Amino acid sequence: MTNLILTPNIDGADDFYAELLAAHEGLSKEDSDALNARLVLVMANHIGDREAISQAIQTAKLGR
Amino acid sequence: MTKIFETPLYPYKRCNDQDAGASVRHKVVIIGAGPVGLAMGIDLAQEGIEVVIVDDNDKVSFGSRAICFAKRPLEILDRLGCGQPMVDKGVEWDVGKVFFDDREVYKFDLLPEEGHQRPAFINLQQYYFEEYLVNRVRELEAAGAPIEIRGGNKVTAIGTHDDHVTLEIDTQEGSYNLEAEWLIPCDGAGSPTRKMLGLDFVGRVFEDNFLIADVIMEADFPTERWFWFDPPFNKGQSALLHKQPDGVWRIDLQLGWDIDKEKEKKPENVIPRLKAMLGDDVQFELEWVSIYTFQCRRMEAFRHGRVMFAGDAAHQVSPFGARGANSGLQDTDNLAWKLKLVMEGKAPDSLLDSYNVERVHGAEENILNSSRSTDFITPKSEMSRLLRDAVLDLSEHHEFARPLVNSGRLSVPCTYDGSPLNSSDALDGPARTRPGSACPDVPLGDDYLLPKLGGNFTLLTIDADAPDMVEEDGIEVTRLALSVKDDKSGALKARYLGDATSAVYLIRPDQHVAARRPNYDDNLFRAAIRRATGKE
Repeated sequence: MTNLILTPNIDGADDFYAELLAAHEGLSKEDSDALNARLVLVMANHIGDREAISQAIQTAKLGR
Repeated sequence: MTKIFETPLYPYKRCNDQDAGASVRHKVVIIGAGPVGLAMGIDLAQEGIEVVIVDDNDKVSFGSRAICFAKRPLEILDRLGCGQPMVDKGVEWDVGKVFFDDREVYKFDLLPEEGHQRPAFINLQQYYFEEYLVNRVRELEAAGAPIEIRGGNKVTAIGTHDDHVTLEIDTQEGSYNLEAEWLIPCDGAGSPTRKMLGLDFVGRVFEDNFLIADVIMEADFPTERWFWFDPPFNKGQSALLHKQPDGVWRIDLQLGWDIDKEKEKKPENVIPRLKAMLGDDVQFELEWVSIYTFQCRRMEAFRHGRVMFAGDAAHQVSPFGARGANSGLQDTDNLAWKLKLVMEGKAPDSLLDSYNVERVHGAEENILNSSRSTDFITPKSEMSRLLRDAVLDLSEHHEFARPLVNSGRLSVPCTYDGSPLNSSDALDGPARTRPGSACPDVPLGDDYLLPKLGGNFTLLTIDADAPDMVEEDGIEVTRLALSVKDDKSGALKARYLGDATSAVYLIRPDQHVAARRPNYDDNLFRAAIRRATGKE
Protein backbone atom coordinates (compact mmCIF):
# COMPACT_ATOMS: atom_id res chain seq x y z
CA MET A 1 0.00 0.00 0.00
CA THR A 2 1.61 3.19 -1.16
CA ASN A 3 0.88 6.49 0.43
CA LEU A 4 0.96 9.51 -1.85
CA ILE A 5 3.61 11.94 -0.68
CA LEU A 6 1.85 15.17 0.31
CA THR A 7 4.66 16.74 2.30
CA PRO A 8 7.34 18.88 0.61
CA ASN A 9 9.50 16.58 -1.51
CA ILE A 10 11.29 18.81 -4.02
CA ASP A 11 14.62 20.46 -3.17
CA GLY A 12 14.73 23.97 -4.54
CA ALA A 13 10.96 24.39 -4.89
CA ASP A 14 11.37 27.90 -6.34
CA ASP A 15 13.73 26.63 -9.04
CA PHE A 16 11.24 23.92 -10.00
CA TYR A 17 8.36 26.38 -10.22
CA ALA A 18 10.42 28.85 -12.26
CA GLU A 19 11.39 26.06 -14.69
CA LEU A 20 7.74 25.06 -15.04
CA LEU A 21 6.67 28.64 -15.79
CA ALA A 22 9.54 29.07 -18.22
CA ALA A 23 8.41 25.98 -20.14
CA HIS A 24 5.05 27.66 -20.71
CA GLU A 25 6.40 31.06 -21.59
CA GLY A 26 5.35 32.33 -24.99
CA LEU A 27 2.95 29.42 -25.66
CA SER A 28 -0.68 29.89 -26.66
CA LYS A 29 -3.22 28.59 -24.13
CA GLU A 30 -3.85 25.60 -26.39
CA ASP A 31 -0.16 24.75 -26.60
CA SER A 32 0.22 25.25 -22.84
CA ASP A 33 -2.66 22.84 -22.16
CA ALA A 34 -1.07 20.29 -24.47
CA LEU A 35 2.26 20.70 -22.70
CA ASN A 36 0.59 20.09 -19.33
CA ALA A 37 -1.11 16.96 -20.69
CA ARG A 38 2.20 15.55 -21.91
CA LEU A 39 3.83 16.46 -18.62
CA VAL A 40 1.15 14.59 -16.60
CA LEU A 41 1.68 11.47 -18.72
CA VAL A 42 5.47 11.60 -18.47
CA MET A 43 5.34 12.10 -14.70
CA ALA A 44 2.75 9.36 -14.21
CA ASN A 45 4.97 6.95 -16.09
CA HIS A 46 7.92 7.92 -13.91
CA ILE A 47 5.88 7.29 -10.75
CA GLY A 48 4.70 3.95 -12.16
CA ASP A 49 3.01 2.91 -8.93
CA ARG A 50 -0.69 2.51 -9.87
CA GLU A 51 -1.92 3.12 -6.34
CA ALA A 52 0.04 6.37 -6.00
CA ILE A 53 -1.25 7.56 -9.37
CA SER A 54 -4.86 6.84 -8.35
CA GLN A 55 -4.40 8.73 -5.11
CA ALA A 56 -2.86 11.64 -7.01
CA ILE A 57 -5.85 11.75 -9.36
CA GLN A 58 -8.25 11.73 -6.41
CA THR A 59 -6.31 14.51 -4.64
CA ALA A 60 -6.33 16.67 -7.74
CA LYS A 61 -10.06 16.03 -8.32
CA LEU A 62 -10.92 17.23 -4.82
CA GLY A 63 -9.36 20.53 -5.78
CA ARG A 64 -8.30 21.61 -2.33
CA MET B 1 1.51 67.47 14.91
CA THR B 2 4.56 67.83 12.70
CA LYS B 3 5.85 64.49 11.51
CA ILE B 4 9.53 63.66 11.55
CA PHE B 5 9.52 63.53 7.76
CA GLU B 6 8.26 67.12 7.57
CA THR B 7 11.13 68.49 9.69
CA PRO B 8 14.39 69.57 8.01
CA LEU B 9 17.03 67.50 9.84
CA TYR B 10 20.01 68.78 7.86
CA PRO B 11 18.93 72.17 6.47
CA TYR B 12 21.13 74.00 3.99
CA LYS B 13 24.01 75.89 5.59
CA ARG B 14 26.73 77.76 3.76
CA CYS B 15 30.02 75.84 3.98
CA ASN B 16 33.65 76.97 3.71
CA ASP B 17 34.06 75.24 0.35
CA GLN B 18 31.68 77.80 -1.16
CA ASP B 19 34.02 80.66 -0.21
CA ALA B 20 37.31 78.87 -0.90
CA GLY B 21 37.81 80.26 -4.38
CA ALA B 22 39.33 77.07 -5.78
CA SER B 23 37.77 73.58 -5.59
CA VAL B 24 38.45 71.88 -2.27
CA ARG B 25 39.32 68.19 -2.54
CA HIS B 26 37.71 65.75 -0.12
CA LYS B 27 38.59 62.12 0.53
CA VAL B 28 35.13 60.66 -0.08
CA VAL B 29 31.92 62.29 -1.27
CA ILE B 30 28.64 60.38 -0.97
CA ILE B 31 25.64 61.51 -2.98
CA GLY B 32 22.35 60.87 -1.17
CA ALA B 33 21.51 60.90 2.55
CA GLY B 34 19.13 57.94 2.44
CA PRO B 35 19.64 54.73 4.44
CA VAL B 36 22.51 53.57 2.22
CA GLY B 37 24.37 56.89 1.91
CA LEU B 38 24.15 57.55 5.65
CA ALA B 39 25.32 54.04 6.57
CA MET B 40 28.20 54.35 4.11
CA GLY B 41 29.23 57.70 5.62
CA ILE B 42 29.06 56.41 9.19
CA ASP B 43 31.09 53.31 8.34
CA LEU B 44 33.90 55.37 6.77
CA ALA B 45 33.88 58.17 9.36
CA GLN B 46 34.09 55.64 12.20
CA GLU B 47 37.32 54.49 10.60
CA GLY B 48 38.61 58.06 10.51
CA ILE B 49 38.07 58.59 6.78
CA GLU B 50 36.93 62.09 5.87
CA VAL B 51 33.52 62.02 4.21
CA VAL B 52 31.00 64.58 2.95
CA ILE B 53 27.40 63.50 2.24
CA VAL B 54 25.51 65.78 -0.13
CA ASP B 55 21.75 65.64 -0.70
CA ASP B 56 19.47 67.98 -2.61
CA ASN B 57 16.81 67.47 0.07
CA ASP B 58 17.06 68.24 3.80
CA LYS B 59 14.59 65.78 5.32
CA VAL B 60 14.25 62.08 5.99
CA SER B 61 12.20 59.85 3.69
CA PHE B 62 8.68 61.12 2.98
CA GLY B 63 6.36 58.30 4.01
CA SER B 64 7.33 54.90 5.39
CA ARG B 65 8.78 53.40 2.14
CA ALA B 66 11.21 50.63 3.19
CA ILE B 67 9.67 49.14 6.33
CA CYS B 68 11.09 45.68 6.77
CA PHE B 69 14.63 45.32 8.13
CA ALA B 70 16.31 41.93 8.34
CA LYS B 71 18.72 40.51 10.89
CA ARG B 72 21.93 41.00 8.89
CA PRO B 73 21.44 44.75 8.32
CA LEU B 74 20.64 45.11 12.04
CA GLU B 75 23.95 43.40 12.81
CA ILE B 76 25.70 45.79 10.43
CA LEU B 77 24.03 48.69 12.23
CA ASP B 78 25.34 47.35 15.54
CA ARG B 79 28.83 47.69 14.11
CA LEU B 80 27.89 51.24 13.07
CA GLY B 81 26.75 52.03 16.62
CA CYS B 82 23.04 52.47 15.93
CA GLY B 83 21.37 49.04 15.93
CA GLN B 84 19.80 49.40 19.36
CA PRO B 85 17.47 52.39 18.71
CA MET B 86 16.18 50.61 15.58
CA VAL B 87 15.37 47.41 17.49
CA ASP B 88 13.91 49.35 20.45
CA LYS B 89 11.49 51.23 18.20
CA GLY B 90 10.81 48.53 15.61
CA VAL B 91 8.01 45.98 15.68
CA GLU B 92 9.19 42.36 15.75
CA TRP B 93 7.13 39.81 13.88
CA ASP B 94 7.36 36.09 13.08
CA VAL B 95 3.94 34.99 11.89
CA GLY B 96 2.49 35.38 8.42
CA LYS B 97 -0.90 34.37 7.05
CA VAL B 98 -1.81 33.64 3.45
CA PHE B 99 -5.37 34.17 2.24
CA PHE B 100 -6.81 33.06 -1.10
CA ASP B 101 -10.16 34.44 -2.17
CA ASP B 102 -12.27 34.49 1.01
CA ARG B 103 -10.36 31.90 3.06
CA GLU B 104 -7.19 31.62 5.10
CA VAL B 105 -5.19 28.89 3.33
CA TYR B 106 -2.37 28.67 5.80
CA LYS B 107 -0.25 30.34 8.43
CA PHE B 108 3.52 30.26 8.76
CA ASP B 109 5.96 31.04 11.53
CA LEU B 110 9.41 32.26 10.53
CA LEU B 111 10.53 30.25 13.58
CA PRO B 112 13.59 32.37 14.11
CA GLU B 113 16.57 30.31 15.17
CA GLU B 114 17.56 30.71 18.82
CA GLY B 115 20.87 32.19 19.83
CA HIS B 116 21.04 35.38 17.80
CA GLN B 117 21.25 38.81 19.39
CA ARG B 118 19.04 40.34 16.71
CA PRO B 119 15.54 39.28 15.59
CA ALA B 120 14.84 37.83 12.14
CA PHE B 121 12.93 40.98 11.16
CA ILE B 122 11.71 44.29 12.48
CA ASN B 123 9.26 46.62 10.83
CA LEU B 124 10.28 50.26 11.07
CA GLN B 125 9.36 53.24 8.91
CA GLN B 126 12.24 54.38 6.73
CA TYR B 127 11.91 57.89 8.21
CA TYR B 128 12.80 56.56 11.68
CA PHE B 129 15.58 54.46 10.20
CA GLU B 130 17.08 57.55 8.59
CA GLU B 131 16.50 59.70 11.66
CA TYR B 132 18.49 57.29 13.84
CA LEU B 133 21.29 57.23 11.28
CA VAL B 134 21.34 61.05 11.23
CA ASN B 135 21.48 60.98 15.06
CA ARG B 136 24.50 58.69 14.81
CA VAL B 137 26.16 61.07 12.35
CA ARG B 138 25.60 63.93 14.82
CA GLU B 139 27.07 61.83 17.62
CA LEU B 140 30.17 61.11 15.52
CA GLU B 141 30.49 64.79 14.55
CA ALA B 142 30.31 65.79 18.21
CA ALA B 143 33.10 63.31 18.95
CA GLY B 144 35.24 64.92 16.25
CA ALA B 145 34.80 62.30 13.50
CA PRO B 146 35.34 63.72 9.97
CA ILE B 147 31.76 63.55 8.67
CA GLU B 148 29.47 66.26 7.34
CA ILE B 149 25.97 66.22 5.80
CA ARG B 150 25.19 69.02 3.38
CA GLY B 151 21.45 69.41 2.80
CA GLY B 152 20.16 71.51 -0.07
CA ASN B 153 23.26 70.59 -2.10
CA LYS B 154 22.31 69.24 -5.52
CA VAL B 155 24.98 67.72 -7.75
CA THR B 156 24.49 69.07 -11.28
CA ALA B 157 27.63 67.92 -13.10
CA ILE B 158 30.31 65.28 -12.62
CA GLY B 159 33.72 64.95 -14.21
CA THR B 160 35.72 61.75 -13.85
CA HIS B 161 39.53 61.65 -13.84
CA ASP B 162 42.16 58.99 -13.13
CA ASP B 163 42.78 60.03 -9.54
CA HIS B 164 39.74 62.11 -8.59
CA VAL B 165 36.23 63.22 -9.47
CA THR B 166 35.00 66.79 -9.89
CA LEU B 167 31.52 67.87 -8.84
CA GLU B 168 29.46 70.93 -9.56
CA ILE B 169 26.96 71.58 -6.82
CA ASP B 170 23.96 73.85 -6.91
CA THR B 171 22.57 75.49 -3.75
CA GLN B 172 20.07 78.22 -2.95
CA GLU B 173 23.05 80.61 -2.84
CA GLY B 174 24.46 79.59 -6.21
CA SER B 175 26.78 76.86 -7.33
CA TYR B 176 30.27 75.80 -6.28
CA ASN B 177 32.73 73.11 -7.27
CA LEU B 178 34.42 70.47 -5.22
CA GLU B 179 36.57 67.43 -5.78
CA ALA B 180 36.62 63.95 -4.31
CA GLU B 181 39.23 61.24 -4.35
CA TRP B 182 36.35 58.76 -4.34
CA LEU B 183 32.67 59.22 -5.15
CA ILE B 184 29.92 56.91 -3.87
CA PRO B 185 26.51 57.66 -5.42
CA CYS B 186 23.70 56.34 -3.22
CA ASP B 187 21.05 58.46 -4.89
CA GLY B 188 18.33 55.86 -5.37
CA ALA B 189 16.71 53.96 -8.23
CA GLY B 190 16.29 57.12 -10.30
CA SER B 191 19.99 58.00 -9.68
CA PRO B 192 20.69 61.35 -11.38
CA THR B 193 24.41 60.50 -11.07
CA ARG B 194 23.95 57.40 -13.18
CA LYS B 195 22.22 59.49 -15.83
CA MET B 196 24.88 62.23 -15.71
CA LEU B 197 27.56 59.61 -16.32
CA GLY B 198 25.49 58.02 -19.10
CA LEU B 199 25.51 54.58 -17.47
CA ASP B 200 23.06 51.77 -18.15
CA PHE B 201 20.34 50.39 -15.87
CA VAL B 202 18.69 47.44 -17.57
CA GLY B 203 16.13 44.89 -16.49
CA ARG B 204 12.48 44.12 -16.37
CA VAL B 205 9.48 46.36 -15.77
CA PHE B 206 6.49 44.58 -14.28
CA GLU B 207 3.35 45.89 -15.90
CA ASP B 208 1.40 46.47 -12.75
CA ASN B 209 0.66 49.25 -10.29
CA PHE B 210 0.47 48.99 -6.53
CA LEU B 211 -1.22 51.44 -4.22
CA ILE B 212 0.79 51.79 -1.03
CA ALA B 213 -0.93 53.40 1.94
CA ASP B 214 0.19 54.08 5.49
CA VAL B 215 -2.87 54.08 7.69
CA ILE B 216 -3.03 55.13 11.32
CA MET B 217 -5.64 53.09 13.15
CA GLU B 218 -6.44 51.53 16.47
CA ALA B 219 -7.07 48.03 15.19
CA ASP B 220 -6.87 44.71 16.91
CA PHE B 221 -5.14 42.98 13.99
CA PRO B 222 -2.26 40.94 15.40
CA THR B 223 1.41 41.72 14.65
CA GLU B 224 1.51 39.44 11.64
CA ARG B 225 2.11 39.75 7.92
CA TRP B 226 -1.16 39.11 6.09
CA PHE B 227 -1.08 38.49 2.38
CA TRP B 228 -4.17 38.04 0.20
CA PHE B 229 -4.30 36.50 -3.27
CA ASP B 230 -7.44 37.45 -5.17
CA PRO B 231 -9.40 38.72 -2.12
CA PRO B 232 -13.11 39.64 -2.34
CA PHE B 233 -12.24 43.30 -1.60
CA ASN B 234 -9.71 43.48 -4.45
CA LYS B 235 -10.85 40.88 -6.99
CA GLY B 236 -8.25 39.46 -9.31
CA GLN B 237 -5.45 41.31 -7.49
CA SER B 238 -3.43 40.98 -4.28
CA ALA B 239 -3.18 42.81 -0.95
CA LEU B 240 -0.78 43.06 1.99
CA LEU B 241 -1.26 44.25 5.57
CA HIS B 242 1.75 44.77 7.83
CA LYS B 243 2.21 46.56 11.15
CA GLN B 244 4.66 49.38 11.86
CA PRO B 245 5.38 51.26 15.10
CA ASP B 246 3.04 54.06 16.36
CA GLY B 247 -0.17 52.26 15.25
CA VAL B 248 0.74 52.77 11.59
CA TRP B 249 -0.24 49.97 9.21
CA ARG B 250 1.20 49.42 5.77
CA ILE B 251 -1.36 48.38 3.18
CA ASP B 252 -0.40 47.41 -0.38
CA LEU B 253 -3.16 46.95 -2.95
CA GLN B 254 -2.43 45.72 -6.43
CA LEU B 255 -4.32 47.84 -8.96
CA GLY B 256 -3.43 46.42 -12.38
CA TRP B 257 -1.76 48.11 -15.33
CA ASP B 258 -4.32 50.35 -17.06
CA ILE B 259 -5.17 52.85 -14.35
CA ASP B 260 -5.08 56.59 -13.89
CA LYS B 261 -2.42 57.00 -11.21
CA GLU B 262 -3.29 60.55 -10.20
CA LYS B 263 -6.95 59.67 -9.83
CA GLU B 264 -6.27 56.49 -7.82
CA LYS B 265 -4.06 58.42 -5.39
CA LYS B 266 -6.85 60.80 -4.37
CA PRO B 267 -8.20 60.16 -0.86
CA GLU B 268 -11.79 59.98 -2.16
CA ASN B 269 -10.73 56.95 -4.22
CA VAL B 270 -8.29 55.43 -1.71
CA ILE B 271 -10.62 55.52 1.31
CA PRO B 272 -13.41 53.33 -0.20
CA ARG B 273 -10.79 50.74 -1.19
CA LEU B 274 -9.45 50.66 2.37
CA LYS B 275 -12.94 50.50 3.88
CA ALA B 276 -13.73 47.51 1.67
CA MET B 277 -10.65 45.80 3.08
CA LEU B 278 -10.81 46.85 6.74
CA GLY B 279 -14.57 47.02 7.21
CA ASP B 280 -16.83 50.07 7.49
CA ASP B 281 -16.56 50.36 11.26
CA VAL B 282 -12.75 50.70 11.50
CA GLN B 283 -11.64 54.29 12.11
CA PHE B 284 -8.45 55.23 10.33
CA GLU B 285 -6.44 58.19 9.09
CA LEU B 286 -4.25 58.24 5.97
CA GLU B 287 -0.63 59.18 6.65
CA TRP B 288 0.86 58.61 3.21
CA VAL B 289 -0.26 57.25 -0.14
CA SER B 290 1.82 56.41 -3.15
CA ILE B 291 1.53 54.38 -6.36
CA TYR B 292 4.41 52.23 -7.50
CA THR B 293 5.36 50.30 -10.58
CA PHE B 294 7.92 47.59 -9.91
CA GLN B 295 11.13 46.97 -11.72
CA CYS B 296 13.96 44.50 -11.34
CA ARG B 297 17.15 45.85 -12.89
CA ARG B 298 20.78 46.60 -12.20
CA MET B 299 23.80 48.39 -13.55
CA GLU B 300 26.11 46.11 -15.48
CA ALA B 301 29.02 47.24 -13.28
CA PHE B 302 28.79 48.97 -9.88
CA ARG B 303 32.36 50.30 -10.06
CA HIS B 304 33.45 52.85 -12.64
CA GLY B 305 36.99 53.90 -11.77
CA ARG B 306 36.77 56.28 -8.82
CA VAL B 307 32.96 56.03 -8.71
CA MET B 308 31.29 53.19 -6.81
CA PHE B 309 27.50 52.94 -6.90
CA ALA B 310 25.62 51.46 -3.92
CA GLY B 311 22.01 50.63 -3.00
CA ASP B 312 19.07 51.24 -5.34
CA ALA B 313 21.27 53.44 -7.55
CA ALA B 314 23.10 50.23 -8.52
CA HIS B 315 20.26 47.71 -8.36
CA GLN B 316 16.50 47.80 -8.01
CA VAL B 317 14.08 45.06 -6.98
CA SER B 318 10.35 44.76 -6.36
CA PRO B 319 9.55 45.19 -2.65
CA PHE B 320 8.38 41.58 -2.10
CA GLY B 321 11.05 40.05 0.12
CA ALA B 322 12.41 43.32 1.55
CA ARG B 323 15.53 43.11 -0.56
CA GLY B 324 16.03 46.80 -1.37
CA ALA B 325 17.33 48.70 1.66
CA ASN B 326 18.53 45.45 3.22
CA SER B 327 20.82 44.72 0.29
CA GLY B 328 21.93 48.36 0.13
CA LEU B 329 23.23 48.10 3.69
CA GLN B 330 25.16 45.01 2.64
CA ASP B 331 26.72 47.01 -0.20
CA THR B 332 28.11 49.54 2.26
CA ASP B 333 29.29 46.76 4.58
CA ASN B 334 31.19 45.23 1.67
CA LEU B 335 32.66 48.45 0.32
CA ALA B 336 33.74 50.39 3.44
CA TRP B 337 36.63 48.20 4.61
CA LYS B 338 37.94 47.67 1.09
CA LEU B 339 37.99 51.39 0.34
CA LYS B 340 39.72 52.08 3.66
CA LEU B 341 42.52 49.58 2.94
CA VAL B 342 43.01 50.92 -0.59
CA MET B 343 43.07 54.54 0.65
CA GLU B 344 45.63 53.62 3.32
CA GLY B 345 47.80 51.89 0.71
CA LYS B 346 47.39 48.55 2.48
CA ALA B 347 45.62 46.85 -0.44
CA PRO B 348 45.81 47.23 -4.21
CA ASP B 349 43.19 49.19 -6.12
CA SER B 350 41.97 45.89 -7.58
CA LEU B 351 40.45 44.99 -4.18
CA LEU B 352 37.67 47.40 -5.12
CA ASP B 353 36.86 45.27 -8.15
CA SER B 354 35.83 42.54 -5.72
CA TYR B 355 33.13 44.95 -4.46
CA ASN B 356 31.71 44.77 -7.96
CA VAL B 357 32.03 40.98 -8.20
CA GLU B 358 30.52 40.24 -4.78
CA ARG B 359 27.70 42.76 -4.81
CA VAL B 360 26.68 42.04 -8.42
CA HIS B 361 26.38 38.43 -7.24
CA GLY B 362 24.18 39.65 -4.35
CA ALA B 363 22.07 41.80 -6.67
CA GLU B 364 21.54 38.89 -9.08
CA GLU B 365 20.31 36.70 -6.24
CA ASN B 366 17.94 39.44 -5.05
CA ILE B 367 16.65 40.14 -8.54
CA LEU B 368 16.03 36.43 -9.16
CA ASN B 369 14.07 36.00 -5.92
CA SER B 370 12.18 39.23 -6.29
CA SER B 371 11.26 38.51 -9.94
CA ARG B 372 9.93 35.08 -9.01
CA SER B 373 7.81 36.52 -6.20
CA THR B 374 6.43 39.16 -8.51
CA ASP B 375 5.64 36.53 -11.17
CA PHE B 376 3.71 34.54 -8.56
CA ILE B 377 1.85 37.52 -7.13
CA THR B 378 1.02 39.06 -10.51
CA PRO B 379 0.82 36.18 -13.02
CA LYS B 380 1.27 37.47 -16.55
CA SER B 381 -0.34 34.67 -18.55
CA GLU B 382 -3.46 32.56 -18.22
CA MET B 383 -1.40 29.41 -17.58
CA SER B 384 0.78 31.17 -15.02
CA ARG B 385 -2.39 32.18 -13.17
CA LEU B 386 -3.91 28.68 -13.42
CA LEU B 387 -0.78 27.12 -11.95
CA ARG B 388 -0.59 29.80 -9.24
CA ASP B 389 -4.23 29.25 -8.26
CA ALA B 390 -3.71 25.47 -8.25
CA VAL B 391 -0.80 25.88 -5.84
CA LEU B 392 -2.94 28.09 -3.57
CA ASP B 393 -5.90 25.69 -3.70
CA LEU B 394 -3.72 22.73 -2.77
CA SER B 395 -1.83 24.63 -0.09
CA GLU B 396 -4.85 24.77 2.22
CA HIS B 397 -4.79 21.04 2.95
CA HIS B 398 -1.51 19.80 1.52
CA GLU B 399 1.75 20.83 3.06
CA PHE B 400 3.71 20.04 -0.08
CA ALA B 401 2.23 23.00 -1.94
CA ARG B 402 3.17 25.58 0.69
CA PRO B 403 6.83 26.00 -0.22
CA LEU B 404 5.61 26.87 -3.72
CA VAL B 405 3.46 29.77 -2.48
CA ASN B 406 5.56 32.86 -3.08
CA SER B 407 4.41 36.14 -1.54
CA GLY B 408 8.03 37.23 -1.11
CA ARG B 409 11.22 35.37 -0.20
CA LEU B 410 12.53 37.36 2.72
CA SER B 411 15.98 38.89 2.62
CA VAL B 412 18.86 36.78 3.87
CA PRO B 413 22.53 37.73 3.51
CA CYS B 414 24.21 36.73 0.29
CA THR B 415 27.00 34.13 0.46
CA TYR B 416 29.88 35.16 -1.79
CA ASP B 417 30.43 31.73 -3.32
CA GLY B 418 33.20 31.81 -5.89
CA SER B 419 34.54 35.19 -4.74
CA PRO B 420 38.18 35.84 -5.67
CA LEU B 421 38.74 36.78 -1.99
CA ASN B 422 37.81 33.30 -0.70
CA SER B 423 40.36 30.59 0.01
CA SER B 424 39.17 27.07 -0.70
CA ASP B 425 37.26 25.40 2.09
CA ALA B 426 39.59 23.16 4.09
CA LEU B 427 37.26 22.31 6.99
CA ASP B 428 34.71 19.52 7.16
CA GLY B 429 32.37 22.03 8.76
CA PRO B 430 28.80 23.30 8.35
CA ALA B 431 27.87 24.62 4.90
CA ARG B 432 26.41 27.79 6.40
CA THR B 433 29.88 29.02 7.46
CA ARG B 434 31.76 28.08 4.30
CA PRO B 435 34.08 30.75 2.84
CA GLY B 436 31.99 33.64 1.54
CA SER B 437 29.26 33.31 4.21
CA ALA B 438 28.19 36.05 6.60
CA CYS B 439 29.06 34.83 10.10
CA PRO B 440 25.98 33.64 11.98
CA ASP B 441 25.73 34.93 15.55
CA VAL B 442 26.35 32.72 18.58
CA PRO B 443 25.51 33.39 22.25
CA LEU B 444 28.62 33.58 24.45
CA GLY B 445 27.55 33.82 28.09
CA ASP B 446 25.85 37.21 28.48
CA ASP B 447 27.30 38.42 25.20
CA TYR B 448 27.29 37.42 21.54
CA LEU B 449 29.90 36.54 18.94
CA LEU B 450 29.32 39.25 16.34
CA PRO B 451 30.08 42.26 18.59
CA LYS B 452 33.37 40.53 19.47
CA LEU B 453 34.32 40.27 15.82
CA GLY B 454 33.90 44.01 15.42
CA GLY B 455 35.07 45.56 12.17
CA ASN B 456 38.63 44.31 11.64
CA PHE B 457 40.16 41.09 10.37
CA THR B 458 39.77 38.38 13.01
CA LEU B 459 41.28 34.94 13.43
CA LEU B 460 38.56 32.97 15.20
CA THR B 461 39.96 29.84 16.80
CA ILE B 462 37.81 27.12 18.31
CA ASP B 463 39.87 24.72 20.41
CA ALA B 464 42.90 25.44 18.23
CA ASP B 465 46.24 27.18 18.83
CA ALA B 466 47.28 30.26 16.89
CA PRO B 467 49.29 33.45 17.44
CA ASP B 468 47.38 36.25 19.24
CA MET B 469 48.18 38.58 16.37
CA VAL B 470 49.26 38.00 12.79
CA GLU B 471 50.54 40.85 10.65
CA GLU B 472 50.82 40.24 6.95
CA ASP B 473 51.91 43.08 4.67
CA GLY B 474 50.22 45.81 6.71
CA ILE B 475 47.04 43.85 7.55
CA GLU B 476 46.66 43.15 11.25
CA VAL B 477 44.61 40.14 12.27
CA THR B 478 43.65 39.69 15.91
CA ARG B 479 42.81 36.33 17.37
CA LEU B 480 39.53 35.57 19.14
CA ALA B 481 39.97 32.29 21.02
CA LEU B 482 36.84 30.28 21.85
CA SER B 483 36.23 26.80 23.14
CA VAL B 484 33.28 24.42 23.01
CA LYS B 485 33.69 24.22 26.80
CA ASP B 486 32.12 27.71 26.95
CA ASP B 487 29.46 26.85 24.38
CA LYS B 488 26.49 26.29 26.68
CA SER B 489 23.87 26.55 23.95
CA GLY B 490 25.77 24.30 21.52
CA ALA B 491 25.34 26.94 18.82
CA LEU B 492 29.09 27.48 18.35
CA LYS B 493 29.59 23.80 17.58
CA ALA B 494 26.51 23.58 15.38
CA ARG B 495 27.31 26.71 13.38
CA TYR B 496 31.13 26.66 13.18
CA LEU B 497 32.36 23.10 13.82
CA GLY B 498 29.82 20.55 12.65
CA ASP B 499 31.69 17.26 12.68
CA ALA B 500 35.09 18.92 13.12
CA THR B 501 36.71 19.02 16.57
CA SER B 502 38.65 22.24 16.05
CA ALA B 503 38.60 25.13 13.62
CA VAL B 504 40.41 28.32 12.65
CA TYR B 505 38.45 30.92 10.69
CA LEU B 506 39.80 34.01 8.95
CA ILE B 507 36.97 36.55 9.14
CA ARG B 508 36.86 39.75 7.11
CA PRO B 509 35.99 43.18 8.54
CA ASP B 510 32.45 42.79 7.12
CA GLN B 511 32.09 39.57 9.17
CA HIS B 512 32.16 37.29 6.13
CA VAL B 513 34.30 34.13 6.24
CA ALA B 514 37.42 34.33 4.04
CA ALA B 515 39.05 30.99 4.92
CA ARG B 516 38.73 28.09 7.37
CA ARG B 517 40.85 25.09 8.31
CA PRO B 518 40.90 22.62 11.21
CA ASN B 519 44.21 24.07 12.52
CA TYR B 520 46.41 27.14 12.22
CA ASP B 521 49.01 26.93 9.48
CA ASP B 522 51.11 30.08 9.24
CA ASN B 523 51.86 29.94 5.51
CA LEU B 524 48.34 29.06 4.49
CA PHE B 525 46.70 31.72 6.65
CA ARG B 526 49.12 34.39 5.46
CA ALA B 527 48.21 33.43 1.91
CA ALA B 528 44.53 33.63 2.86
CA ILE B 529 45.04 37.15 4.26
CA ARG B 530 46.75 38.22 1.04
CA ARG B 531 43.98 36.67 -1.00
CA ALA B 532 41.23 38.33 1.08
CA THR B 533 42.86 41.72 0.45
CA GLY B 534 43.23 41.31 -3.30
CA LYS B 535 46.96 40.49 -3.28
CA GLU B 536 46.87 36.98 -4.75
